[in-house]
Amino acid sequence: MEKTKTAKGRYWRAHLRCVGTLLLIWFLTSFGCGILLRDWLDGNFPSVGSAPFGFWMAQQGSIISFVLILLGYKFWMEQIESKLEQDKEETK
Amino acid sequence: MTQDTWNFIFIGLSFALYIGIAIRQRAGSTKEYYTAGGGVSPFANGMATAADWMSAATFISMAGLLATSGYDGSRLLMGWTGGFVLLTVLMVPFLRKFGKATVPDFIGDRYYSKTARLVAVVCAIFICLTYIMGQMRGVGVVFSTLFEIEISTGVWVGGAIVFFYAGLGGMKGITYTQVAQYCVMAFAYTIPAIFIAMTLTGNVIPQFGFIGEYSANGESLPFLDKLDNINTELGFAKYTSGSLPRIDMFCITAALMCGTAGLPHVIVRFFTVKNVKAVRTSACWTLAFIAVIYLTAPTIGGFSRVNLIEKLQDTPREEAPEWFGHFEKTGYMSWEDKNGDGKIQHFGPKRQEVGDLNELTFKPDIMVMANPYMGGLPKWVIALLMAGCIAAALSTAAGLLLVLSTAISHDLMKKVVKPELSDKEEIRYARLASLGALLVAIYFGINPPATFIAKTVAFAFGLAASSFFPTLLMGIFSRRMNKEGAIAGMVAGIGFTLAYIIYFQFMGGTKDQYLFQISPEGIGFLGMLINFAVAFTVARFTPAPPQEVTELVDNVRFPGGKETAAQDH
Repeated sequence: MEKTKTAKGRYWRAHLRCVGTLLLIWFLTSFGCGILLRDWLDGNFPSVGSAPFGFWMAQQGSIISFVLILLGYKFWMEQIESKLEQDKEETK
Repeated sequence: MTQDTWNFIFIGLSFALYIGIAIRQRAGSTKEYYTAGGGVSPFANGMATAADWMSAATFISMAGLLATSGYDGSRLLMGWTGGFVLLTVLMVPFLRKFGKATVPDFIGDRYYSKTARLVAVVCAIFICLTYIMGQMRGVGVVFSTLFEIEISTGVWVGGAIVFFYAGLGGMKGITYTQVAQYCVMAFAYTIPAIFIAMTLTGNVIPQFGFIGEYSANGESLPFLDKLDNINTELGFAKYTSGSLPRIDMFCITAALMCGTAGLPHVIVRFFTVKNVKAVRTSACWTLAFIAVIYLTAPTIGGFSRVNLIEKLQDTPREEAPEWFGHFEKTGYMSWEDKNGDGKIQHFGPKRQEVGDLNELTFKPDIMVMANPYMGGLPKWVIALLMAGCIAAALSTAAGLLLVLSTAISHDLMKKVVKPELSDKEEIRYARLASLGALLVAIYFGINPPATFIAKTVAFAFGLAASSFFPTLLMGIFSRRMNKEGAIAGMVAGIGFTLAYIIYFQFMGGTKDQYLFQISPEGIGFLGMLINFAVAFTVARFTPAPPQEVTELVDNVRFPGGKETAAQDH
């Protein structure tokens, strides 16, 4: 297991949390909405324009979410890295 | 002006631009040859990566596949873009931090073994060759439609051009030509879509038209209903429902995603920016640029489906539009008057069961190129599209060729066979290797292993998913993974995938023999699981990696430390 006592250990934990969360969203928007749950979503979710929700997610929505996920990754990681810098300063 | 004149002007201009850039940005050192010197801005790198990424398969073949398979085609849309997310969060920042120029380099160092490096080189060569075949085929398709020549001649012409600027310019030349190529591609793809969206749906933005109302010919109903009606009437599965088994759909999408994340030519693109922070910014730009085209693709698919059927179905052959004759001549569309009424009829499986004969066949690869003709767009739009198609194929082929040549010159010659190689000689080997690789690619471009581009390319992704992706992932996220595990995993994964593909593609395996209904396109996902399983099992029973390697893993995980400009060798 990773040590959480050191600044680096805390950084790695935070990093894994960030990647894990984003990949969970990634899985839900693509495999989840686009493939596994699509029939249910088509029937039970409001259509986007005239497109059934699951179909729209598979052809358009998932791609839009991917771009947002990467934006999130960029800003989240920058925050984690600046925290690591502070952390290092404090432990010095 | 005739169509040919317009084509010559647009393609001539774009070629002059690429070659001009290639000559100005010619690489002088190995560092420039492999990583463009390491100082490309995230924005420019984003565009270049997008162009590298979007191959002929995306540009030419994807919308056609969407048009013929509707919902099923989403596997390509989600697979390729979703894979980019994996690539960005799981691979690239760490490999960039590691700072060596090639993927086999990382595998060789991380798994402290020449054998591992060698296996990685072989995998890289296999993947890139499979992928580049698809590109050369794409170039051939475009040239043959354009000038009404044989596909094989078209492949040769394209090959010569790629060799000229990839071999000459190295990564530095390629980076800036790819920026130009992205711009050409983006305009070439979206402008026809906008024109057609306006005629069919009255909406300027294709993505809104796609989910909006169909308003041509005095009809008014949701556009997607129009598509569904067309498909059911002709005896196909509904456009919005698709016909692949769900498990196959899942596996193909997963194989494409993981394969994308293991593609060496995209990974090396990120070695050209300054540091890890720039890598993340650059990745955002790349995906945004890619999304412009990927969000347009389904609309082009839908529009061209409607146009094709509206223009041709039940039309007497003599009254068929002029472009139909053009595509008949090049062999992309064909019509046989089976029932003798002189009219063109296209029917799907359900109508054929009740005795209606299908008289129209066409290759999906042609849809994107036929699209502006069918929509009756101005000639310059068609010429622009042609220039875009060529840009798409050339940019990816060039990127792949570079990885192939570095895999051979750097990882094979310098690191394994002849360590005393000088800088100059290494570049010479790289150029020689790219020539050799290109000849092989041309051969397979002329005699492709699968009937259309997107499929050939899907195999390359399967191979990458079953070899590089798991090995790189374990190299970064598992400290315990050792060389024995990694090598066994790679060999088992790629071996299984390759055998499955060869069996079903070349040895006449049939659909009912599929393992769990998974087609060869999706088998890479299973190959990947096998790779993981074999690697972890073998690693359990063999000694842990040495201390330096654990330190190396720790080092790539954390930012800072020693500054990591992409280094010389």
